[in-house]
Amino acid sequence: MKTLRQFVWGILILVFAASLMAGLLAPAPYGQQFRDSTNAGPSRRFPLGTDELGRDRLSRLLYGSRVSLLLAPAAALLSTFIAALIGGLAGYLGGWWERLIMRFIDLSLSLPWLFLLLTVRALLPLNVSPVASVSITFALLGLLGWAGPARVVRSGVRSLTSSGFVLQARACGCRGSRLLVMQVLPNLKPILQAQFWISVPVFILAEANLGLLGLGVSEPLPSWGNLLRGLENYGAVRSNPWTLAPVLLLVIVMGSLHLVFPGEDYYS
Amino acid sequence: MWIHRAARHTATILITVLLGGLLGATLLRFAPGFGVDEQELDTRLSGATIQALRDSHAAERNVLVFYARYLSGLLRGDLGVSRSLQRPISELLSQRIPVTLRLVAFGLLAGWLLGLALALPGAISGKPAHDILPGFLSGALLSLPSALVAVLFVLIGGPGPLAIALVIAPKVYRYSRNLLAQTSAMPHVLAARAKGLSRLRILLWHVLPIAAPQIIALAGVSVSIAFGASIPIEVICDFPGIGQLAWQAALARDMPLLVNLTVLVTVVTLVANSASDLAVSPSSGRQ
Repeated sequence: MKTLRQFVWGILILVFAASLMAGLLAPAPYGQQFRDSTNAGPSRRFPLGTDELGRDRLSRLLYGSRVSLLLAPAAALLSTFIAALIGGLAGYLGGWWERLIMRFIDLSLSLPWLFLLLTVRALLPLNVSPVASVSITFALLGLLGWAGPARVVRSGVRSLTSSGFVLQARACGCRGSRLLVMQVLPNLKPILQAQFWISVPVFILAEANLGLLGLGVSEPLPSWGNLLRGLENYGAVRSNPWTLAPVLLLVIVMGSLHLVFPGEDYYS
Repeated sequence: MWIHRAARHTATILITVLLGGLLGATLLRFAPGFGVDEQELDTRLSGATIQALRDSHAAERNVLVFYARYLSGLLRGDLGVSRSLQRPISELLSQRIPVTLRLVAFGLLAGWLLGLALALPGAISGKPAHDILPGFLSGALLSLPSALVAVLFVLIGGPGPLAIALVIAPKVYRYSRNLLAQTSAMPHVLAARAKGLSRLRILLWHVLPIAAPQIIALAGVSVSIAFGASIPIEVICDFPGIGQLAWQAALARDMPLLVNLTVLVTVVTLVANSASDLAVSPSSGRQ
């Protein structure tokens, strides 16, 4: 199992490094059109062929991976931060504050977030640039995905505040923010790390779902979501199986993430 | 006692739905592009027409007024009119709900049967080899967004309703398999095994009754997962249900329709969670 995990980590690092070096590895810029070679098959010039606009599929896959693999962790960081703030406050303050915050968390969890995500994403301004659309899409994912992790953080803080070493610190006169910063937060790190890594695949899948519905990252900027949208041309996929390359990469990365950080997903 | 619990659940559902609807409407109101209409991009329209379009959103600008009007209409059975489809929302919902309910019910039933069918052989035999194929299958399915499952179904010509089942099944498999493994390691199960009881008898009499309440609790959650999955699956497989309607409303920025759909799915989710919660309490008595 340890060897398998090391192998999976190797795959993740390889894909991540390739996407970071997209500028160096990609044969062409992601938006460049080769109008004499539209819908071309794999060749030495275009290893994964070109799309209907003559854009190199490999370049778009590399740049799209960079968008998804950099911004999903950024969204996960945002949701984990909000979860730490709200869940941490609920667990630390206790009493009425805790009950009030918990009701708010329950309320957030009971809402159909994919419906809300679709709605709020659809209500973006009409003239939004691709870079703004990608930032807003992932920011929305981060802003809407905090409730589940907040529950876990609150439970973690509750058990920490009633643990022996915190009681001892209290008895020694350590109180308020000092107790929170010196004793509780450092011990909360493993929970926050776990919530962060569980959220990353959730947000990758959510962006892919939005992209397939045409509500994700705007063209010409590629992401895994809008690259998968090309699969809706069913006839072309049957005759050009190399167009399934984004699916293969998504399955490899998601499978690897699930193997390394098993967890639940809320948006798929 | 049971009636008290049911009444408390009903009150919680009502309050949550009211607050949830308000929260949903508030999120929509403060979304960056609220009040913008795609028709404003039409260069043939005059300034006065564009202003009239903007004025048509004026009633929605004050979210509290909008929501109060919506609730008073709701009490009279009036859900309003869809701005994009120009039809009463109640009429649209009555046409679309049966399609989604059939799709979700089939998906849940098939997904649960498939998930449990994958989990039980490993739980009965206790051999890790029996978990290799189900583990691989569930891992692969969990790696796919539900929209992609629908696309792949269309590509291979598979039955669309089964796509929801393939979204639910891996979650049911993973959760129930972990739960059954944990319960199988409990002292009373080890004692039963030491006394020579068969694996099937141990599963039916000593493992399932303990694990059942938590498995039933997942049933409530799986309803909301199925409704979430129904949006892309209905859009891609072309089922005229409320998921497809939500997508059309989102593209057309139809706020009254979107608020109604959000409230409707919130009610369904809460009722499913409460039903599983109420079902858990009598069945947990055996613990």
